[in-house]
Amino acid sequence: MASRPLGVVIVDDEELARELVREFLVSHGDVAVLATCANGFEAVEAVAEKKPDVLFLDVQMPGLDGFEVLELVERDAEGRPAVVFVTAYDQYALRAFDANAVDYLLKPFDRVRFDMALERARSRIGAARPAAPAAPLREGPLRRVVVKAGTTVTVLPVETIDFVKAEDDYVLLSAGGKEHLKQQTLASLEDALPKERFVRIHRSYILNLDRLNKVEQGDTGAPTAVLADGTRLPVSRAGAQRLNEILGR
Amino acid sequence: MHPLLARPGAFAVYLIAWVPLTAILGALLVLAGGMTALEAAVVSPLLTGVYAFVCLSSWYLCVAFPIRTSRLFSLAVTLTVASVVAASLWVLWGATLGGLLALAPPFATLPEALRRATLVVLLLGILLYLLAVALHYLLAAARDAKEREEREVELKSLARDAELQALKERLNPHFLFNALNSIGSLAASRPEEARRMCALLADFLRTTLGLSGKAEIPLSEEIALARRYLAVERVRFGDRLGFTEDLDPAAADSLVPPLLLQPLVENAVKHGIARRIDGGTLTLVTKRFGDRVSIVVENPADDDAPPAAGTGLGLVNVARRVSASWGDAGRFSARRVDATFRAEIELPART
Repeated sequence: MASRPLGVVIVDDEELARELVREFLVSHGDVAVLATCANGFEAVEAVAEKKPDVLFLDVQMPGLDGFEVLELVERDAEGRPAVVFVTAYDQYALRAFDANAVDYLLKPFDRVRFDMALERARSRIGAARPAAPAAPLREGPLRRVVVKAGTTVTVLPVETIDFVKAEDDYVLLSAGGKEHLKQQTLASLEDALPKERFVRIHRSYILNLDRLNKVEQGDTGAPTAVLADGTRLPVSRAGAQRLNEILGR
Repeated sequence: MHPLLARPGAFAVYLIAWVPLTAILGALLVLAGGMTALEAAVVSPLLTGVYAFVCLSSWYLCVAFPIRTSRLFSLAVTLTVASVVAASLWVLWGATLGGLLALAPPFATLPEALRRATLVVLLLGILLYLLAVALHYLLAAARDAKEREEREVELKSLARDAELQALKERLNPHFLFNALNSIGSLAASRPEEARRMCALLADFLRTTLGLSGKAEIPLSEEIALARRYLAVERVRFGDRLGFTEDLDPAAADSLVPPLLLQPLVENAVKHGIARRIDGGTLTLVTKRFGDRVSIVVENPADDDAPPAAGTGLGLVNVARRVSASWGDAGRFSARRVDATFRAEIELPART
């Protein structure tokens, strides 16, 4: 461990905040800053490319916020860096520890506090990491879904999603004719999506109600949801019941 | 509700005031009608007892014809007619009473005596009714004064609420924490800039605190405050935060409640420009047209925010303050038009 320098990536949308972290790191001879990122997209890319040991991560950033970055990094097979959140907001602390962050630095902080966070991160590296919880804490329903294909990150506001289909360990999100694959279970996504807009119409399907044109009874008696663009999706009996409830019939 | 009937204590005082009036009426009946003392002692309480209640009706007259807004002529006509009608009814009541009492032998001459006193009773009735009107106008004035006072207290407390809210936002800890973090970062690498940032921050805070005691300030002062705020934020955000202004000198002296604009400027930075990867430029435009002033704050909107955004707490507070300050004469709107978020306040020019 001592032979290889500790790889660090710094993510903050403010240049001065990035500089401060970098400066505090200078006195630690065994640390190498692999990249500094001004937004979440750069962060996801940098983590995939440089595979850092430690990630100093701001929460409120344009594009992707810190938690969304973490969500996308999480899915990488190589394992995730030790994450230290750095923010002026104390209200995210619970969510941060829920997401298995090793520390939570509140701006402004001094060198003593910073070194403590770095030590914590160092001691966490190589140790077995607890699995991320199935349903992370969230403030209210999901407003957008982030997906990553290779190094391309796409942000889908929930209102742009037409429907979601379960595919083994993944979900296939259909939005405006484009399909996006994301590693997540349909049940956990259903849980996070706003209830007044999205309905589980079938074991394998979640539908955006705004896209529903009509429900048809097929020849066999099994109902089918017909979307505004003509797409046809199967509706289970329980799904039909949920649809009826939410549409008030 | 009648102010006297609403309070039993006040009503009792009113009735007691009729006791000497009853004595005066009795004396007049003896002198002008030639009644015996016994006759007058029986008749006058029965007369005033009824008239005391008739006079209460003048309250509704006072409410229907407020003394400030009614025209003098129509008021005079109304009062004359009302008092003559009331006094005539009183005379009629006296005649009825006399007729009934005359059935008993000791009061056989009563109707004749009342007839002789008709004119005196009529004039006294008019006088008493007008006195009652005067009393009720006083009561109405007292009531109005109390209501006005309550309204003023309410308005003041609304203004104070808004001010407190604005102050709280001003000392928004995240703004301070982030600014302090910037100073901490500059301290090692660029100490001169760290000092400048300290001065900017202190300047902004001092101005804010100085404003809190004032009811109204010229628009130019409010804009100067916005500039100080943006100077601090520019150190944090660097080139990502741009600022342009187009100010109409004719609008500069118009009075506004302090910190009216500030939430709009902070919103534009926090929810607009700071959420964009490439940042953007905040535009501040003031314009005077005739006796109206328009203030517009524009910023490029956050790409990922839902288009309906614009109902945040800060904006609701601005709307409340605009309506508390100018009522229907003030207007506030905040909405996203394509890629731009635009907040506008329109108010009457007052200097």
